[in-house]
Amino acid sequence: MLFYIIRRTLMLIPILIVMSMVAFFLIQLPPGDWVSFRIEQLRMSGVNVSDIEAENLKREFGLDQPAPVRYWRWVSGIITKGYWGRSLQWEKPVNEILAERVPMTIVISFSALIFSWIVAVPIGIYSATHKYTIMDYVITFLGFIGLATPGFLLALIMAWFTFSYFGFSPLGLFSSEYMDAPWSTARAVDLLRHLIMPLVLVGLGNTGSTIRVVRNNLLDELNKQYVITARAKGLSEWKLLWKYPVRMAINPLLSTLSWVLPGLISGTVLIDIVLSLQTVGPVLLRATLAQDMYLAGSITLILSAMTVIGALLGDIALVLVDPRIRFGRVEK
Amino acid sequence: MSEQTKTPQISSVVTTEDVVLVGGKKSVDERYYYASQWELIRWRFSLHRMAVFSLVMLIVLYILAIFAEFFSPYTTDTRFEGFQQSPPSKIHLIRPGGGLQLYVFGTKRVLDQATFKFNFVEDTSIIYPISFFVQGEPYKMWNLFRADVHLFGVRDVPLFLFGSDRLGRDVLSRTLYGARISLSIGLVGVFISFILGVILGGISGYFGGIVDDIIQRVIDFLIAIPGLPLWMTLAAALPRDWPTLKLYFAITLILSVLGWTGLARVVRGKLLQLREEDYTLAARGAGASDWRIITRHLLPGFTSHLIVSITFNVPGMILSETALSFIGLGMQPPAVSWGVLLQDAQNLTAVAQQNWLLIPALWVIATVLLFNFVGDGLRDAADPYTR
Repeated sequence: MLFYIIRRTLMLIPILIVMSMVAFFLIQLPPGDWVSFRIEQLRMSGVNVSDIEAENLKREFGLDQPAPVRYWRWVSGIITKGYWGRSLQWEKPVNEILAERVPMTIVISFSALIFSWIVAVPIGIYSATHKYTIMDYVITFLGFIGLATPGFLLALIMAWFTFSYFGFSPLGLFSSEYMDAPWSTARAVDLLRHLIMPLVLVGLGNTGSTIRVVRNNLLDELNKQYVITARAKGLSEWKLLWKYPVRMAINPLLSTLSWVLPGLISGTVLIDIVLSLQTVGPVLLRATLAQDMYLAGSITLILSAMTVIGALLGDIALVLVDPRIRFGRVEK
Repeated sequence: MSEQTKTPQISSVVTTEDVVLVGGKKSVDERYYYASQWELIRWRFSLHRMAVFSLVMLIVLYILAIFAEFFSPYTTDTRFEGFQQSPPSKIHLIRPGGGLQLYVFGTKRVLDQATFKFNFVEDTSIIYPISFFVQGEPYKMWNLFRADVHLFGVRDVPLFLFGSDRLGRDVLSRTLYGARISLSIGLVGVFISFILGVILGGISGYFGGIVDDIIQRVIDFLIAIPGLPLWMTLAAALPRDWPTLKLYFAITLILSVLGWTGLARVVRGKLLQLREEDYTLAARGAGASDWRIITRHLLPGFTSHLIVSITFNVPGMILSETALSFIGLGMQPPAVSWGVLLQDAQNLTAVAQQNWLLIPALWVIATVLLFNFVGDGLRDAADPYTR
């Protein structure tokens, strides 16, 4: 068991290395860099920047070095000092900018995941146990709509709707009066009010697919011999349902986590941009627009790492939940 | 599904040739067994009402996009001075003196002294009928033919079925023109990722070995990372001042370079499965070349599955383009796509007052849902031999 966890964790390292390289070299792609961008901005606003000053500025930010050197500096800084580089646009270390936003992103995306499970699993079970009833058809249809509807467009429409009809602006995580207020019950309530919409919308697609997966798997399970045997022996339907079939049917929630998470994280980024939440989404957008390479690279890497680590945790949890999985090789 | 519901569809596609072949009238069952795979797929698809309806709607959407110049009353950059942020025109049916006619009233912009907002007030003294096949603004169809006939229009006053934007441009016309980029990018993008997917998936699945391992690791990697941040950084690398066409292909390429993995998986999985079938072995035994085995024996075996995957991939592409353009990293004005139009809807207070700016979002959602319904119907129909 422990060996399995260690082995899986070690397997993560090459993936993370490739990810860091991809993230860094992607950021190298833009034809300009932040210093040139800034100089152009200064020149346009009438400030005279001489070529020597421009060179100095570039040297200061290490932009005169070849790319592999800059990559190595960046990565070794992260590993040895936890230093992610300096945001050229914010004129602050990347760590400072991301310190609050990364946890917030994790909170939002993972609570959206849990939220979608909490909503979808009972609905899926109901749908499977009431197969071919009107409610089943309604659920299947709504699940399908949920699966297909783009969350960020719905966010746009929902934001307009709540603002126009309830006078409540769902933008941001706090209303303006609580933005810098100390923590209090009212502030927490305000945060929760702002969190509901992102959680529902980020989890929407996953809710739809989870309902489908749970329903189909449970239907398969319910037709198996052991269920018939148990029923013949007089086990109550309720106990019969929960003892094994449901446990079997919700296994895929964990085993498919590695496919679900990338979509979920992408969805979070986009919806957070639409709703301008204080997460990494809006920062990433601004960083890419300004070609602020260390910031954009760091966020891309963090988001990718979050995804694979989340998937790893899912695999480990699966082994704990389902003892039939052997540690040697996990079937995909 | 019962035989009763199936009968009409089946009888309509039976040809005289089929009847002669077996020398007499055929029962439904016989027709079922003599039908080709594609006929079976068509029958099963036609039973899926929602899918058929969605397919028809999609075709309508694409026709609207292809002939956008004709269907839209104005062009994308026709500005109506004094009609900025006009709400959708109210269409009236019953004439003041009695009688039926589609018409609108002229509107006037009035500043509300209390709120400092512009209101549009109808001037009910003159009626302006909506006429069809009306001569309007000249345009160049597909940049080739000069014409000036529009499907519908009103003389003398502007007609805004979807309202107008902050520059006084007709949102309906812009939505129809925008459909061109938005709808085609889905098809072009999927076409490119299809080629990539089939080639790489095919190599991977047919030859196996180390090539397979490398391609599979690349796919695993691409599937494991969230696409959007990657798209954003890639799209940010494109110069903003590129001409529309160049930008269009660059963005399509970005979307498909990351989007081929799903198709490659389908191709590889199916190839691995079909490679072991007896008929493949027989073909190899008969001395068929690799190329012939792949194209003649293996590809037809999973074309239907491939079509299903493609149908499900198109809406994803459309959405990605919309998302990128919406946040300002995709298509750039003056190009018009649904995502570009939605840039106007980023500001919540603006949208609260001009909710018609959200109409393009409804079009995107509708398109995505329609594609999914069609895909769903196709998936059920794709394997006609499983009942």
